[in-house]
Amino acid sequence: MSETTGARPWSPSPLALERAAFRRAQRRRSGLVALVSTALVVTAVVLVVVGAPGWERARTAFFDPENAWAALPAILEGLWLNLRVWVIAGTVGTLLGLALAVLRTSRIPALFPVRALAIGYIDLFRGVPVLLVLYLVGFALPALRLEWLPTSSAFLGALAIVLTYTAYLAEVFRAGIESVHPSQVAAARSLGLSRAQSMRTVVLPQAVRNVTAPLANNLISLQKDSGLISVLGAVDAIRAAQIATTGTYNFTPYVVAGLLFFLVSFPLTRAVDAYQRRRGWGRSLATVTGGGDIR
Amino acid sequence: MTALLSLRGVRKTYPAPAAARGRAGEEARVVLDDIDLDVDRHRCVVLIGASGSGKSTLLRVVNLLDEIDDGQILLDGQDVADPRLDANAVRARMGMVFQAYNLFPHMRVLDNVTLALRLVHRRPREEADAAAVEMLRRVGLAHKATAYPDQLSGGEQQRAAIARALVHGPELLLLDEVTSALDPELVGEVLDLLAELRGEGRTMLVATHEMGFARRVADEVCYLHDGQVHERGTPEQVLGDPQRERTRTFLSRLAS
Ligand SMILES: Nc1ncnc2c1ncn2[C@@H]1O[C@H](COP(=O)(O)OP(=O)(O)OP(=O)(O)O)[C@@H](O)[C@H]1O
Ligand SMILES: [Mg+2]
Repeated sequence: MSETTGARPWSPSPLALERAAFRRAQRRRSGLVALVSTALVVTAVVLVVVGAPGWERARTAFFDPENAWAALPAILEGLWLNLRVWVIAGTVGTLLGLALAVLRTSRIPALFPVRALAIGYIDLFRGVPVLLVLYLVGFALPALRLEWLPTSSAFLGALAIVLTYTAYLAEVFRAGIESVHPSQVAAARSLGLSRAQSMRTVVLPQAVRNVTAPLANNLISLQKDSGLISVLGAVDAIRAAQIATTGTYNFTPYVVAGLLFFLVSFPLTRAVDAYQRRRGWGRSLATVTGGGDIR
Repeated sequence: MTALLSLRGVRKTYPAPAAARGRAGEEARVVLDDIDLDVDRHRCVVLIGASGSGKSTLLRVVNLLDEIDDGQILLDGQDVADPRLDANAVRARMGMVFQAYNLFPHMRVLDNVTLALRLVHRRPREEADAAAVEMLRRVGLAHKATAYPDQLSGGEQQRAAIARALVHGPELLLLDEVTSALDPELVGEVLDLLAELRGEGRTMLVATHEMGFARRVADEVCYLHDGQVHERGTPEQVLGDPQRERTRTFLSRLAS
């Protein structure tokens, strides 16, 4: 078999140096153009907004620092509820969604009724607005007077969100599973792996990696939708902001809440991007599909 | 002594494409039509035939990756096409190298090779690793053990796939078009490896377009045409002095 020979010592030829210099100059020029165009756009936006006739009133109604500071503690406390709902609903929804997606592919006859139910469930909850599910769960469930069911609005709100997002996430995972080429399953089964073993070791790892982006998008939108539990009366960040605005006609608390939601989700989106880039495998896929460094 | 692998009257059809179904003259396509084939222990049988003649299909049905419509697949005298049999256990006795390698892209080469040892043959991790490293050394890939498949050249991927198919000591090796994607130098490399395996007395069923390989290692060559074994014999007979018209045409097209 061939062995690698030691690389010969190399120093860049004049041609290579000249090309490298050109690429550097081009990068500098690109950077400059980007900078100038950014400055132009920002200036234009600022001029339009600040020059608007209602700017002064809008500024005090939406960006009042004093008001923001006063509302902050209550909103932060509300946000803490959002975060808990997000983490719990996200975890439960992800696990259930994954389980449902895998279940749909199983061929165990005894599981047929469960499979049929799962499909019906997913179809139903993908087609119904979250807000409606929230109202139904929040107001209809307690009406059943089930002893064992907690009736706090935060719990019911989280339940409604889990119900909806489990269906979304199940579809994400299903798309992931279907994106794995059948030849991968053939290779796994050919080695003697069982259906379940190839699902676990060959299909799922690739499926999850193939859908990291839509998965993260769903989890981020779950974080935002956790604000919807406020319609049931749970005092989350949005409800806290609403309370703070009553009587003042100053909407700054909403802006504060929005900013806080953004501050939570933004690092997540960036973390997912970075994570995907860091994986050798993800990167090489990117170069296959997206062209990577192709000039 | 019975042959390690015997095909008896194997028939395999694929349904007509959905678009053509119901139209007159568009029935199921017969890919394998009443195939009889024996592979004795320590022998190498080579399948040749035009593209689409059913070579890959034959290997797939032997590996129980596809169901046959009729006939028997006897492995060591036992009919493994019987749906009552544990197909996973049967497949674990064979090693298959796919036309497109089908390495697992999310696993290092080493893990590709040890997967079956760990999960199917229940060998402890260290033992599996040691066996895999040894096998990778044999195929000249020990230095790539921790690389991912997409960091390998085509020939290296091919050899990794061969290592994966060999490491659990399969009784029967199925190789699909092992050199189709390689340049001549790499072809030589892989074919040397296969000739070596042949010399060790492995039992192999190989689909190939590589007549040089067929000549060098085959004990028997089968020319597939129209879903049937159209002509068979020693490489000298089939490749050197084909008796039937179709075989001659096929070989002369290859030569030109
Ligand atoms: N899953 C499938 N569904 C329908 N038809 C199929 C399927 N797999 C293979 N075929 C058809 O069966 C025939 C035989 O295919 P096969 O892959 O066995 O050919 P081959 O001899 O391996 O060809 P090549 O030399 O190009 O690899 C072809 O006509 C192909 O279109
Ligand atoms: Mg083929």
